[in-house]
Amino acid sequence: MLRHLLFATFGAGIMYLVTSNISLFDNYQVGQIASFVVVLAGLSLLTGVNGQISLGHGAFMAVGAYTTALLMTHTQWNFILELLSAVGAAGVAGLLIGIPATRLKGPYLAGMTLLFALALPPIADKWPNTFGGDQGLTMTTPNAPGTLSPQEWLAWIQIGGALIVLVLLANLLHSRYGRTLRAVRDDEIAASLAGINVARTKVLAFVISAGCAGLAGAFLGLSTGVVNTGAFPLTLSIQLLAAMVLGGTGSLIGMVWGGILLVYLPQWSTSLSGHFNLGSGVSAYLATIIFGAVLIVAMIAAPNGIQGGLRWAWRRLPGSGSGVGGSGSSAAPGAPTPVLTDE
Amino acid sequence: MSLFFNYTLNGISNGMIYSALALALVLIFRATKIINFAQGAAGMMTTFIASSLLAHGVSYWWAFVLVLAIGFAFGAMTERILIRPLQGKSELNPVIVTIGLLVVLEGVAGAIYGNASRGFPAAYSQSGLTFGHSRIAFSHFDVFILVAVLVLMIAILILFRATTLGLRMRASAFAGEISRLLGVRVGILLTLGWGLAGIAGSLTGLLVAPTSSFGPYYMDLVLVYAFTGAVIGGLESPVGALIGGLVTGLCISYVGGYLGSGLEPMGALVLLMVALMARPEGLFSRPAARRV
Repeated sequence: MLRHLLFATFGAGIMYLVTSNISLFDNYQVGQIASFVVVLAGLSLLTGVNGQISLGHGAFMAVGAYTTALLMTHTQWNFILELLSAVGAAGVAGLLIGIPATRLKGPYLAGMTLLFALALPPIADKWPNTFGGDQGLTMTTPNAPGTLSPQEWLAWIQIGGALIVLVLLANLLHSRYGRTLRAVRDDEIAASLAGINVARTKVLAFVISAGCAGLAGAFLGLSTGVVNTGAFPLTLSIQLLAAMVLGGTGSLIGMVWGGILLVYLPQWSTSLSGHFNLGSGVSAYLATIIFGAVLIVAMIAAPNGIQGGLRWAWRRLPGSGSGVGGSGSSAAPGAPTPVLTDE
Repeated sequence: MSLFFNYTLNGISNGMIYSALALALVLIFRATKIINFAQGAAGMMTTFIASSLLAHGVSYWWAFVLVLAIGFAFGAMTERILIRPLQGKSELNPVIVTIGLLVVLEGVAGAIYGNASRGFPAAYSQSGLTFGHSRIAFSHFDVFILVAVLVLMIAILILFRATTLGLRMRASAFAGEISRLLGVRVGILLTLGWGLAGIAGSLTGLLVAPTSSFGPYYMDLVLVYAFTGAVIGGLESPVGALIGGLVTGLCISYVGGYLGSGLEPMGALVLLMVALMARPEGLFSRPAARRV
């Protein structure tokens, strides 16, 4: 626990140095990465640690973003309270989806969450007076204290949020509850024989994961300053899954890789297609194609993702001794069994 | 009353389409215990190929047959190249791979054909049939949908029930290892199952395109509706897929008609959740005992 706090403080220090030395646009992107880390960490907990899949986390993000935006439009609540409401509302949505999910195995759950991801955005279109329709609702970040630029301030909020979430989740995974989550993933029947309430554990994992997505949705809404239905398409949910797999399913710190990919891959692919004169029609889709292709290749060739590869390399370093997870950052204790590989 | 009647007709016509894609999902699920989430996108891709063929002057029926063949080849290739290497791994891996394929296909279609929805011709007139003085919400094209899907269903049923090949396919789906011991070439039969599903998926794409905004994403909702239907039908039997697809089509048509089309996917989600809570194993299959 202390180790996680120390690590987080260390991370905060580095991020302070980074954010104050880069351009405002880079600050914006670092903030976006932090926001994605929040949702990916929740997804990693759900899929990697508890063994449930979700193709609907983009929709949970929408729930959080709209909750905060609605509160900002209609009330004068405290900013922190508005963010916590996003967590709460998305958590409730996670509860509603998570309860039937307890009885479902992988493919069924994937299908149900896929339907959820497609079903939610049209709801906001259905009542444009409440949800702002195509225009969406505006979101404003509170004024920055002192001489900070608004971009830096927002990046700090997002990074701070991400660090808090990471520390909380890391502690959770090291607790009795983390062991319960893993026990349910590895063998539900054995877990229930050991006295674990399997259904409650799975629902709780869903609620926590959805809550993280809600916070991330609110964060991303703050970045763009507006929330509309077009911001949370099915592609987002699938890109989240891809980023989570590539970062390293079940790892928390690996989600930083995932967040970096989510923010920078579209840019790289745009400049790549510009380099090869592929035209704007292609460049708009290139990132999507790369995400999908890499997802397929990773699943067949390297199911442990980037963090898994790093951990593998670290273990093979001469003289690293018990250096498993020795980066001090790895959330999963010891060598976690990656759920996506099985035997 | 006449509104209800028209919603019902509309629901039957859409339900038949969902049944066809649900059949594709069922064919794959009973053979390999995998849900192919890229099935709709594969149908989208082959329908784009059909539209290119039509643009180059190929006649509708030639394009129709060619595209079904391409769907077969694509389904078989998917199994060989992407699914076969995943055998014996966690059940989440194939789910994620088919999702990846879905994204790639939609991206490729978007990159080649653009995001704007375009028209796709129907085989027959789409204006409603008239009986006496009243026009009903059921066109020649809807009749064609009904016939085409029923022909596909019956062909599959005959294949499974009345031919040695079908018997071998059922055997290898039911007990792969034992079938292999008895000399059945299980691998090639699995590929064949994916190919047949590819035909059903291509047919769905061709049938949906004229009545929807035909673009890279037009099969997304059709896929999840078909999934709903397949789950209601139990994911094991073609007849279950037919009935599940029809139930889903009717429910969605009523929700869309009375509550507004924006709520259709939410209606399907509620239907799926109720179905899963009430009978997780589906209406048409026996619950399997879990082995400790």
